[in-house]
Amino acid sequence: MLELRKDIFADERDDNLKEIGKGTQRQDMLGHVTGTSPYFDDHKLQGMLHLKVVRSAHSHARLRRVDTSEAERSQGVRRVIRGSDVPRNLNTLLSLINFGKDDEPSLAVDKVRYKGEPIVAIVADSPREAHEAIAKVKIDYEPLPAVFDVEDALKPGAPVVNEVYPKNTFTYHETYDRQQLRFGDADRALASADHVLEQRYQMSPIEHAPTETNGSIAAPDTNGRYLVYTSTQALFFSVDTCAKILDVPSNTFHFIGGTVGGGFGGKVDTLTEPLCILGAMLTGRPVRYVFGREEEMQYGPPRGAERIYIKDGVMHDGRVVARKVRAYFDSGAYTRLSSYAAVKCAAHLPGPYTIPNVHGDVYCVFTNRTPATAMRGFGVTAMDFAIECQMDKLAHLVGMDPMEFRILNAYRDGDMKAHRREAKNTALIECVQVAAEKAKWPIRDEFKRMSSRKDGGGVRAAVTPTPRETHTPPTTPSQQRTTYDRAPAATREPPPSPPPPPRPAAPSHGATRFSSVFGTRRR
Amino acid sequence: MAKTALQFRHNGRDVAMFVDGGTNLLVALRELIGDMTPKFGCGQGGCGTCSVLIDGELHLSCLTLAETVAGRSVETLDGMKDGPDLHPLQRAFADNFAAQCGYCTPGMLMAAKALLDRNPQPSRAEVVEAISGNICRCTGYEPIINAVLSAASGGRARA
Amino acid sequence: MPVTVKTFTSTSDAAAALSSDRSARYLGGGTLVMRALNEGDISISTVVRASDQAMTRIDATGSRTILGAGVTFARILAERDLAFLHAPARSIGGPAVRNMGTVGGNLFAPVPYGDFTVAMLALDAMVSVQGGLGGREIPIDEFLQSRDRQTGALVLAISFAKPGSADAFRYRKVARIKPKGGAVITLATHLPMNGSRIVGARIALGSMAPTPIRARAAERALEGRSLDTSTINAAAAAAVEGTLPGDNALASAWYRREIVGVHLRRLLSGQE
Repeated sequence: MLELRKDIFADERDDNLKEIGKGTQRQDMLGHVTGTSPYFDDHKLQGMLHLKVVRSAHSHARLRRVDTSEAERSQGVRRVIRGSDVPRNLNTLLSLINFGKDDEPSLAVDKVRYKGEPIVAIVADSPREAHEAIAKVKIDYEPLPAVFDVEDALKPGAPVVNEVYPKNTFTYHETYDRQQLRFGDADRALASADHVLEQRYQMSPIEHAPTETNGSIAAPDTNGRYLVYTSTQALFFSVDTCAKILDVPSNTFHFIGGTVGGGFGGKVDTLTEPLCILGAMLTGRPVRYVFGREEEMQYGPPRGAERIYIKDGVMHDGRVVARKVRAYFDSGAYTRLSSYAAVKCAAHLPGPYTIPNVHGDVYCVFTNRTPATAMRGFGVTAMDFAIECQMDKLAHLVGMDPMEFRILNAYRDGDMKAHRREAKNTALIECVQVAAEKAKWPIRDEFKRMSSRKDGGGVRAAVTPTPRETHTPPTTPSQQRTTYDRAPAATREPPPSPPPPPRPAAPSHGATRFSSVFGTRRR
Repeated sequence: MAKTALQFRHNGRDVAMFVDGGTNLLVALRELIGDMTPKFGCGQGGCGTCSVLIDGELHLSCLTLAETVAGRSVETLDGMKDGPDLHPLQRAFADNFAAQCGYCTPGMLMAAKALLDRNPQPSRAEVVEAISGNICRCTGYEPIINAVLSAASGGRARA
Repeated sequence: MPVTVKTFTSTSDAAAALSSDRSARYLGGGTLVMRALNEGDISISTVVRASDQAMTRIDATGSRTILGAGVTFARILAERDLAFLHAPARSIGGPAVRNMGTVGGNLFAPVPYGDFTVAMLALDAMVSVQGGLGGREIPIDEFLQSRDRQTGALVLAISFAKPGSADAFRYRKVARIKPKGGAVITLATHLPMNGSRIVGARIALGSMAPTPIRARAAERALEGRSLDTSTINAAAAAAVEGTLPGDNALASAWYRREIVGVHLRRLLSGQE
């Protein structure tokens, strides 16, 4: 059960808390135990039609010809939707905050970039009739070489997954093929470290597997508006994304959601709403588009795979003096939210440790895999896993207890973090101390006495001179476009400030924007 | 399209409808009767959120051909309350924080009811076994197991 | 084409309906056919049912046990005379699946399912089939080898000789999720003893090929010997011979090949 350790940092807060530490009933519990909580699919509308999509059989292929004529004549079919029917058939989710270029069609037109990519949508009277029509769509594919590995995707001559990003990497600040962190001189510190340990870590994609699959129901409402029941975890985000793709003002929609049958990040991609609403617009009838379980598991976006190389320098006394990280975040065929995941990756790669020399390169890479998306700390989870495995190995290398090793290297209040911000309210030392106590793991008295509020700052707040890297001037941002792209060119971002080295205490471009969207709190 | 007449008992009341060939019981309950308590999770017997009792036995409504329940008794979560009063299992689920997103809860409650109807004082292992066909992605199961055990020990007054 | 449901009282009528229509599938407990319909399998447009009581009969009184194809796993678990089959029956699904899934349907369950059939294969069961042209009895291994062509036939029952002793039949399902989950691999052995010698060894493996298969090389390693450590090791070493496992989300083919001998050794030596 929950235990509040009020003895720690007791002076930092009131002790007569009203909510924290007390059990409070969920406001939706009564609905849950009586089965009356309204999920999107719990709406049966008069004359509702069913939408299913035809998915690509190939991971990477040119679409020579898509013939829907027989499907259109199939029994019960009300409408066949093609990419050309989508008002703006190219979008990237974070375009709403001017981050990244539109790179993903709602329905593929010239080319498919992952197995299962939607090509045609069919709206029919029954799911069965939609499935029968799907079998009648004839697609002539010209298979292209596919790339499934992040490092292979960066090799010269690798297949170009997404023409919007011809180098197979997301473009940061219209210039950089990676997210960088430069603090001090990692190479020099590695050269003079007592031990150097380089390791490779990786994590496979992980499916959220929500019990409720992704889906939505859209219905024509009075006065030209559309009522939309959706499983989305990001209701307003979804409204705006639909308004953009369907090229209508966002007040065209009345979105109803909020009761989500498990999301875990996998329901932020607005996967079903645009086509569902378009189906309702084109037929004048309520339309339901729900993923089957196989669709959810195979083609619903997973947590993206990561591969991480860490090279650390450590001294005999246990101090980590240098960390060099190269990480690859597998975005799959489209950006979705992985560009942001890589930013978070870069932010987390020093770990909660004071390391005077840190050098990080994090790539958001495009491959012919299912596009990845958000999932519970995405961009952080794999990096933290790698870092903590590495910390255990480093402790072993210098013959230190792993708990004491972490206490020794932990941030203390007043230290300078590799992001050039002062560490505040750090508390890791106390966490490790309590964890050791709970696990009955013996640590020496001197480590029990250490505190995150003592001995920080001073030399630990110094910024080691950081060598400037010569930077090749940016080539013209790629705007190579294909014929499916009916959307105007993506809004250009405001001129970026040169990232390395950022000005101390200046919040990075990405972080400011994301905090407003994802509610990232700053301490 | 030929439809088949179907009658069965739904939470103690007779219902009648016409079903299309191949319609499963989940669709019949949700779309033809409007009982939205059983949920669609997988359509393949993997998740258990569509669980209902047929003649007191736990079944997956998504894998049950609707017309096979003709003349039989089907119980869903919609029939679990006694008027305005929660069933002891429902109360135990609420008190033990045994629901988070709530989507597996209808199936969990039916699986738990199927157990307690036959075995009013189950062991922990029997509870685990009884809900082993039901997937919960949020809670990690512990609060659900505790809820079922507490409903069992809390004197099943009405049952 | 919409789905048509045809229900017959006689099994021969049901069998005739099945064999005359390539889009017809027999509906047992629903865990395979309804699942296929739910996933949009349009190759099925006729669902055939038979209400004959014989389909759900259990005869465990004689030396030969007969299970109607429509017998559910829950019913096997309720039958004290079938205690030796409780382990395989309990290893399938959760309670709802066991209330629905049938012995006959399990013969058609693809990897990673079909655990009960592995047990049946180790018991040298006979499958009683009603075709368009009449009934016949097919040895289960032969039935499984031609399984893809059997969907047009109606399985009526499955029968087998009861193992001579409780210890002669053993079963083990390796799953990642307990107590429920698809199989990584499934093993069943039937080792009748003549004195201290094994006579007529049967080892059946699930998820080691597209259908359950016999591990014949491992059976040969046991035949005529006593079940000692060296015999067990020889059988374990031969377990992988002739197998053709596939990759799926639960395990890779490589992993299955690596562990099959390990689990056979544990099963034969009575380890947990």
